[in-house]
Amino acid sequence: MWEKLLRLDRRWIFVLVALSVLIPLLKPLGLPMKTTEPVLNLYTYIDTLKPHDKAVILVTDFDPSTMPELLPMAEAIMRHCFARKIPLILYGGMYPTFVGMAKMALSRVLPDFPDVKYGEDYVFLGYIPGTSLIILSMGESISKTFGNDYYGNKLDSLPLMQRVKNYDQVALVIDLSGSGTPVWWIIYGYQRYGVRVGCGTTAVSAAQYYPYLQTGQFVGMLGGLKGAAEYETLIERAGIPPGRKTASIGMDAQSIVHLMLIFLIILGNIGYFIVRRKR
Amino acid sequence: MRRTGPLVVAFIMGFAMIFQYFIPHPLSQKFYEIMVQQWLIIISIFLYLFGLRSFTLYHYHKVRRKKEGWYFSLIALLAALITVIIGFGTRRGPLFDKIYDYILAPLQATMFSLLAFFIASAAYRAFRARNLEATLLLVTATIVMLGRVPFGAFMWHKLPDVVEWILKYPNMAAQRGILIGVGLGMIATSMKIILGIERSYLGGE
Repeated sequence: MWEKLLRLDRRWIFVLVALSVLIPLLKPLGLPMKTTEPVLNLYTYIDTLKPHDKAVILVTDFDPSTMPELLPMAEAIMRHCFARKIPLILYGGMYPTFVGMAKMALSRVLPDFPDVKYGEDYVFLGYIPGTSLIILSMGESISKTFGNDYYGNKLDSLPLMQRVKNYDQVALVIDLSGSGTPVWWIIYGYQRYGVRVGCGTTAVSAAQYYPYLQTGQFVGMLGGLKGAAEYETLIERAGIPPGRKTASIGMDAQSIVHLMLIFLIILGNIGYFIVRRKR
Repeated sequence: MRRTGPLVVAFIMGFAMIFQYFIPHPLSQKFYEIMVQQWLIIISIFLYLFGLRSFTLYHYHKVRRKKEGWYFSLIALLAALITVIIGFGTRRGPLFDKIYDYILAPLQATMFSLLAFFIASAAYRAFRARNLEATLLLVTATIVMLGRVPFGAFMWHKLPDVVEWILKYPNMAAQRGILIGVGLGMIATSMKIILGIERSYLGGE
């Protein structure tokens, strides 16, 4: 029987995964969320910034493949900045396919903040080639680096960009990334120009950034869907409209999928040892 | 000369960038501004042209010679061409956005989502406690997987703290060791490139 179970057709496992995702999405469990230190640190850093003072640069360094984890982070941080009147520079990332993510986040958040004005409260920077060089160049002059915003307006003509020349007027850069780009911001942004950096990353990448958290090179970090869900919970507690809370909804599905995976691993190991002993 | 030229450029620019980092003289600052804000960004734009040429030639030859899976290459070429035409033709208008929102985004998200299914299947078949190291990995992975979801805290309220401890100490120590090794390796490789000892980037060797 165990041998048969070990040779289980993988399509049965696929069905189990699909059900584990679908059922909690249709019928949420509403499990409570505990806030972790890296998330709280990033939230507190932004929350204690002065309104209408230094800007926050939010970088969407991800494409649709990692959207389920990282887009809710972008939305939650944008909501936080808009609600606290912290000037926001939304930068659509270092590769062409990343810009659409910034645009998507903006389109979901803006309807809840009708008083927010483009050019005064936020600016949207599009894609220009250069990857890590852009980080260095922004340290000298943001307007000279980009020239125009995403919509084609001259950056120098926007009131916010007349105040924010380079990193000296930036309180924090938050890089949301499914790759290694947050480290570029540390190397070229923080180490060279002293701008503080925070990051949001996929759960699978989060472990590699803990050395930078310990040294204080990152002020905080949102790790995976859980990080996004924790941030959603924090802004909701602060009375900021959290939107659809897509990350929090997804956490129930992730809970069940993880449980199912653990069950499968234990089952597989029991079967493995029984079959090995028989042989 | 075809090899000497790039080697000389790499040598001069490599050392110039090192020196300018440590010498905050206005001249050094000006050099840096020109390098970073003008030259390097312009050079990186040309890399896209090389990429486009490489992409087109690779798929074109595959289609022309009817190699296995040539029709995928044809789709890739047509998709790139249509996207470029619509992008330039509509000046990144609503139709271009629709390609992103309704074709690229669902395709990429679907590809990545499939991982969950394959990981589950692979974990069931291959994640075995065959020896001490594998058992340690398995136990740690199970604890982290449980502690990173709300259900873990629901089972035992201290579990997220245990996971955070694993990430903050044992994980961080291992990551830092790797990072220091990678950093030293990068310095050594960079010096070899600047001094012309490592020439594989020129191709052919």
